[in-house]
Amino acid sequence: MQSEVMFAGFGGQGILLIGKILAHAAMEEGFEVAWIPSYGPEMRGGTAYCLVVIGDRPIGSPIIKNPSHLVAMNRPSLEKFAPVIKPGGVILNNMSLISIDSGRADVDELKVLTAELAADVGNAKASNIVALSAFVARSKLVSLDTLKHCIEEEFAKRPKLIPLNLKAMDAGIQAAQ
Amino acid sequence: MAKTFKKPDCMTDQKTHYCPGCTHGIIHRLVAETIDELGIRGRTVGIAPVGCAVLAYNYIDCDFQEAAHGRAPAMATGIKRVRPDLMVFTYQGDGDLASIGMGEIIHAANRGEKFTTIFVNNAIYGMTGGQMAPTTMPNQRTTTTPFGRKSDEVGMPIRVAELLGTLVTPGYITRQTVISPKYIQKAKRAIKQAFIYQMEKRCYSLVEVLSTCPTNWGMTPQDALQWVQDVLMPYYPLGDVKVPDSEKVTEAAAGTAN
Amino acid sequence: MPKVLMKGNEAIAEAAIRAGCLNYFAYPITPQSEVAEYLSWRMPEVNGVFLQGESEVAVSYMIFGAAGAGVRVFTTSSSPGISLMSEAISYLCGAQLPAVFVNIMRGGPGLGGILPSQADYLQATKGIGHGDCRLLVMAPASVQEAAEMVMTAFPLAEKYRNPVMILGDGLIGQMMEPVEFPDQLKSEASNKDGWATNGMDHRGSTTRNLVKSLFLDAEQLNDNNLILRAKYERMKKEDVRWECWNTEETYDALIVSYGTMSRVCKTAISMLKEEGIEVGLVRPQTLFPFPEQAVRQAAQKEGCRVVLSVEMSMGQMVEDVERCVQGALPVKWYGKCGGDVPTPEEIIDLVKTTLSSL
Repeated sequence: MQSEVMFAGFGGQGILLIGKILAHAAMEEGFEVAWIPSYGPEMRGGTAYCLVVIGDRPIGSPIIKNPSHLVAMNRPSLEKFAPVIKPGGVILNNMSLISIDSGRADVDELKVLTAELAADVGNAKASNIVALSAFVARSKLVSLDTLKHCIEEEFAKRPKLIPLNLKAMDAGIQAAQ
Repeated sequence: MAKTFKKPDCMTDQKTHYCPGCTHGIIHRLVAETIDELGIRGRTVGIAPVGCAVLAYNYIDCDFQEAAHGRAPAMATGIKRVRPDLMVFTYQGDGDLASIGMGEIIHAANRGEKFTTIFVNNAIYGMTGGQMAPTTMPNQRTTTTPFGRKSDEVGMPIRVAELLGTLVTPGYITRQTVISPKYIQKAKRAIKQAFIYQMEKRCYSLVEVLSTCPTNWGMTPQDALQWVQDVLMPYYPLGDVKVPDSEKVTEAAAGTAN
Repeated sequence: MPKVLMKGNEAIAEAAIRAGCLNYFAYPITPQSEVAEYLSWRMPEVNGVFLQGESEVAVSYMIFGAAGAGVRVFTTSSSPGISLMSEAISYLCGAQLPAVFVNIMRGGPGLGGILPSQADYLQATKGIGHGDCRLLVMAPASVQEAAEMVMTAFPLAEKYRNPVMILGDGLIGQMMEPVEFPDQLKSEASNKDGWATNGMDHRGSTTRNLVKSLFLDAEQLNDNNLILRAKYERMKKEDVRWECWNTEETYDALIVSYGTMSRVCKTAISMLKEEGIEVGLVRPQTLFPFPEQAVRQAAQKEGCRVVLSVEMSMGQMVEDVERCVQGALPVKWYGKCGGDVPTPEEIIDLVKTTLSSL
């Protein structure tokens, strides 16, 4: 079994970070993982995406034409990647910045107001964690316990941010229900 | 009867390949005497350039590395960074240091690398047969400036000591010559001082030495010495350009980040 | 030590330290600057040397100086930067100095692009510098393998007194995968007193050492080149490495591919298997020495009708593959070199169209 998750949005939205947290969580659960970034000259404002591959066997191609799932944090990302997602996958649509649907009837589209939910718990910048948690709660790729642990580890060097991000995680989980 | 003037221990018995009237031999000897007097032969590494002094290791008897053209300061940096206990010197000519190796020398000096450079400036490429150097004088004839160096086409000669002297990082930068015993004594003192600064881990040090090339200048050795005095010395004044304590600009005064 | 999730570039940096190399000089260039960023804080932690040089040219001679002084030293760069270092690599070969160069390849020629590429194959294996010089070149296909190859590169460089290159594509540097650093790959640096300019006092000797590549006498230069040649021949005998995959049973086609590209090929081969099409794979892990025999034998297997060299270049390794197959079978090249890595689907199409055209 292998699942691939495309995380996509603007540079600066913390796209690469939430991909890394998911990859870390899957590794903790004993899966084979690979995290493959797009990399380019734009540090802020451009498009950023990364692909997380999770499998129970060594990962072959890091190049995936049709990922299983999509976390789209802005409209260009949804427009670009929604058409190539495998049927039956989860598409997280960040409604805070996206005013359209994926147009796919054969996927589980989860619409979340990530920025509003993050702002409610303290800071709109945590919208990436809201999105990741909602996605994990819906796709069940890793357990929520492992996810929580990995979020805590990711912010271990800036412990002040941990309570905010755990609140954002809870908000995301609720949004997925 | 005891010998009062003898070959330094740090020189081999080999006769040099240098042309009659060339002053490389004198400068080699000053370096070797310095190494002897400081007792550092067992922990000294020299770096030979590409140029007439490429075979300097045949005459100066300590560990040696041979550089690619102009790269001696980068190699010295590599050695000194991984083995700060070694005494490292580069021996470079004007084509090597001031033309192809200008980038390396500026950055090594600016980082304050704790090694010593002996920079032999004779205003011409010697080994390749007398072509124009960055230090060639206006109207000086060379094999690539047969009608004389035209400064409106290739600029004025580079004063390396003054150029490096503009760097804010502390350093010891001086210009000397070896055209007569009086100057040789001064050059010796400067070279020794440069090595002492290195021993004390104080700063980067460079001794520019105005030298001769009678063969490629087309002069007798005697005329060549006179030409240094009459033509080179007015443009390339002798003396210290920079000593480590002269720099009052500190990080605090310059304003630093954070 | 448990597995940690690391970017290839960071794993390469950490692996060097774990291998006992505490000296690093570098100049930033995408897509491998994370190595320098990582070592800028990590080297001070282990009392190592980190220096950002003013150019790749200068850095490569800092490597020369440090290697000549007898310490383990390495640098990392990417394609245009390696071109600038190629002069020094030739000097290192000529002077017989051990050092490790990592090239995380980007597209070329010229400034090219910053996306993954394998277009420096010929440069690394056949044309790294002027004169008769060669590198031992290793090509990792995962972050774990990159770490292990870095750790083995240092003793190999010392074994041969010759630079070793790790040739990875941009994805190997940028990708994160779980990695561990095997303790058994740690090694003691070899004794270099016989040749290093580490100071006569340091080695308790009264004779000096010279590190040089200049031999003005024709016979001496030829002798030095014979020594180098003997080393390169020894590499071919003792240190050629490869992986054979899906080659136990018969197959219709053989793919030769390395690095990230080989992983794409493996996925394609698994998918083709489900359709009943069998394809074997030889993955060179050393590019010089090239696994000549392995490729030849795999191509000679009963039933194999074609050999495909699949690479992210416009056809470089294919020259070596052709050399090994020696005309026994058709050899085809497939590749891309702009930054897009060919997908498994493209490789599947390639295999099918190739087989049906024979």
